[in-house]
Amino acid sequence: MELSRERLLDTYRTMRTIRSFEQTLNELSQAGRVPGFLHLYAGEEAVAAGVCATLGADDYVTSTHRGHGHSIAKGVDLNAMMAEIFGKRSGVCKGKGGSMHIADLGKGMLGANGIVGGGIPLAIGAALSAKVRKTGSVAVAFFGDGATNQGAFHESVNIASILKLPVVFVIENNGYGEATPVAYHVNIPDLAARAVSYGIPGVVVEGMDFFDVFDKARAAVERARRGEGPTLMECKTYRYFGHYVGDPLTYRTKEEGEKVRATRDPLDAFEKRVVSSGKVTTSELRAADDQVARAIAEAVKFAEASPAPELADLLTDVYVQYSA
Amino acid sequence: MATRKCAFVQAINEALFQAMERDPNVIVLGEDVAGGAGQKEDAWGGVMGATKGLIGRFGAQRVIDTPISETGLVGMAVGAATTGLRPVAELMFMDFIGVCLDQLLNQAAKLRYMFGGKAKVPLVVRTMIGAGLRAAAQHSQTLYPMTTAIPGLKTVVPSNPYDAKGLLLAAIADDDPVIFCEPKSLYTMTGEVPEEFYTVPLGKAAVARAGGSVTIVACGKMVETSLAAAKSLAAEGIDAEIIDLRSLSPLDEDSVLASLGKTGYLVVVDEAPPRCGIAADISALAADKGFDLLRGPIRRVTSPHAPVPFSPVLEDAYIPTPARVVEAVHSALES
Repeated sequence: MELSRERLLDTYRTMRTIRSFEQTLNELSQAGRVPGFLHLYAGEEAVAAGVCATLGADDYVTSTHRGHGHSIAKGVDLNAMMAEIFGKRSGVCKGKGGSMHIADLGKGMLGANGIVGGGIPLAIGAALSAKVRKTGSVAVAFFGDGATNQGAFHESVNIASILKLPVVFVIENNGYGEATPVAYHVNIPDLAARAVSYGIPGVVVEGMDFFDVFDKARAAVERARRGEGPTLMECKTYRYFGHYVGDPLTYRTKEEGEKVRATRDPLDAFEKRVVSSGKVTTSELRAADDQVARAIAEAVKFAEASPAPELADLLTDVYVQYSA
Repeated sequence: MATRKCAFVQAINEALFQAMERDPNVIVLGEDVAGGAGQKEDAWGGVMGATKGLIGRFGAQRVIDTPISETGLVGMAVGAATTGLRPVAELMFMDFIGVCLDQLLNQAAKLRYMFGGKAKVPLVVRTMIGAGLRAAAQHSQTLYPMTTAIPGLKTVVPSNPYDAKGLLLAAIADDDPVIFCEPKSLYTMTGEVPEEFYTVPLGKAAVARAGGSVTIVACGKMVETSLAAAKSLAAEGIDAEIIDLRSLSPLDEDSVLASLGKTGYLVVVDEAPPRCGIAADISALAADKGFDLLRGPIRRVTSPHAPVPFSPVLEDAYIPTPARVVEAVHSALES
C-alpha cells in the first residue's frame, strides 16, 4: 500500500463524508425539510473518491444528477453544498441550481447535470481547452450506465479518441438506469467493451474497491496527461438508495441491496484493508467518523440558518451583459 | 477606415481571421471547417468557404474538423468555453439544431444561471439559415425564433456584409453564448466593409432606411426584401422607415418604438413562419408598449406555417417578397 497514512485518512474521510451527507439528506428529505428531488450517491463512494484522488486542483470533472459524491471528492465546501441543496443564498450556486446543478468551477467541478449524458461533451470540451491552452489539465466525465446509451456519449468518446484529448470517461455502472436493469438496456456484459469501437482502452473496475478504482484511474489519468488520449473505465458499483429519494424500489429486491451492503460495502472494505495494513488504526477511523458527523451537522445548521435568495436574484446571472 | 467591396461570406471569413489573430483563445471547430482531414491547407474551408484559409494560418490545433457529431462538437465547444477558450462552433445548417439542442438549451444557456453566475460561456455558434437555395425542407428553415426564446442565449442575424463582420467580431468578444445566424442566400451579397477590426454592438438595431410614413421591421434577408419594397413605395410617395433588428436577443425595443412614434404604422417582415416568430413578437411589443403610438393595424408578412418546399415554384411562393411587403404596407395605411 503506497498511499501515506495521511492520504488514507483523507480518503476515508471523503468516503465517510459522502456516506453521511447522503444519509443525512435522505432523512431530511423524508422529513420534508429539503425542497426538490435528490439522487443519492451512497454505495458508490469508492468511485468518486478513487478517481478524484488521482486528480489535482486544476483538473476538471463533470458530473451527473447523482453528483454530491463527485463534488465532495473534488473538494467543494460542504456548507455551501448543503445550503445549495436547501435553496439558500449562501449556496455554492446562490440557491439557483440545487442538488442537480452543484458546480464550483474554481475547484474544477464543472457541474452536476440534470440531463443524462449531458456532461460528457462538456468534459471533452474542458479537455480540448486544456490541450489548446497547454495547461496540462485532465478532464474526467462521470456518468451512469444509462448514459452510455445516449448519442452524447458515443459522439464524445469518438471525438476524444480521434483528437487524443486528455479525458477519462468513468461509467458508474450501478446496475440500473433509473428503474431499468443494465441487462435489459444493453446487450453486452461489460460496458467497458464499448471502448473497442473507438480504439481506446476499456477497463473493468471493481467500483466498490477504492484501491482498484484508484490504481486504474491513475493509469488512465497519466495516459491522458501524456497526450495519449482517453480511457473508458467501467466501475461496477451499487447505489444503496433508490434512483431518487422516495423511489419505492419496486424493481429490485431488498435482499439484493442487503447482500451488497454486507459483502461489498466500499467503506467496510477500505477499513479492513487499511487497518490490516497497519497504517491506520480503528480508533483513528472512529475519530474521523466523529469529525465527519460534526461537519455534516454543522453544514445542516449553516444551511437551515442561511437566508433565502432575494427576489432580485431571480433576474441576475442570466447573462454576463444583456444591453447594448 | 479603409473600405472596399466585399462579399458577405468574405466578411465572415475576415472576422474569423481577425478574431483568431487577436486572441489565441479563439478556436474554430465544426464539420469540414477545413476539410480534407488535417491537411496543411484546407480542402473546403467550410461547406460554403466561410472558414477558408484558417487552418493554413492557425493550424489544426485551433481549426478543428470534427466528425458529423453535432452534439459532440457543440457540447465540446460549450465545455471549452466554460474553461477558458472562446470557441466559434459551426452548426452547418440551423436545421441541424435538432441533433444538438440539449447542449444549447440545457447546457450553454443555463450553466451561468444554474451555477449562480460562476460560469461564463463565451461561445459563438455560427449557423446558416433561410430559404432560396433550393435546398429543401431540412436545409432551409429560419429557426431563430427558437433560440431567441431561450433565456441565456443571444441571437444575432446580420443583413449585410458590414454587419456580418462587425457583429461576428462583437459576438466572439461577447462573454455570453451567441447564436449567429447567417442568411445563406446573402453569402454572395457585396457591400463596403472596412479592412480593419471593428465591432457592431449586439442588441442595437439599425435604421436601414429612414422615412416617415410607415415603420417596417425586419432582419436578415428580409431587410433586403424590405428595401426593395421601400423603393417601389417611394415611387408612390410612401416613405418607409426600415428598422433592421440585427440582434433578436437582446432586442432593441427602443429603436422599434422610436420609429413607431415617428410613423404610427407598423409592418413586420419575417422569413420565419407566423407562429411564435419574430413578427409575432414585434407585433406584441408594439401592441403592449406602443399601443398609443399606433395609428392603424399592425400587418405581418411571414412565410406560411409549412416546411420549406423544394420545387422552385413553391419555394419562391414561400419566401416573403417585396410585392407582399408593399401590399402589407398598403393594407396597414388604408385600414
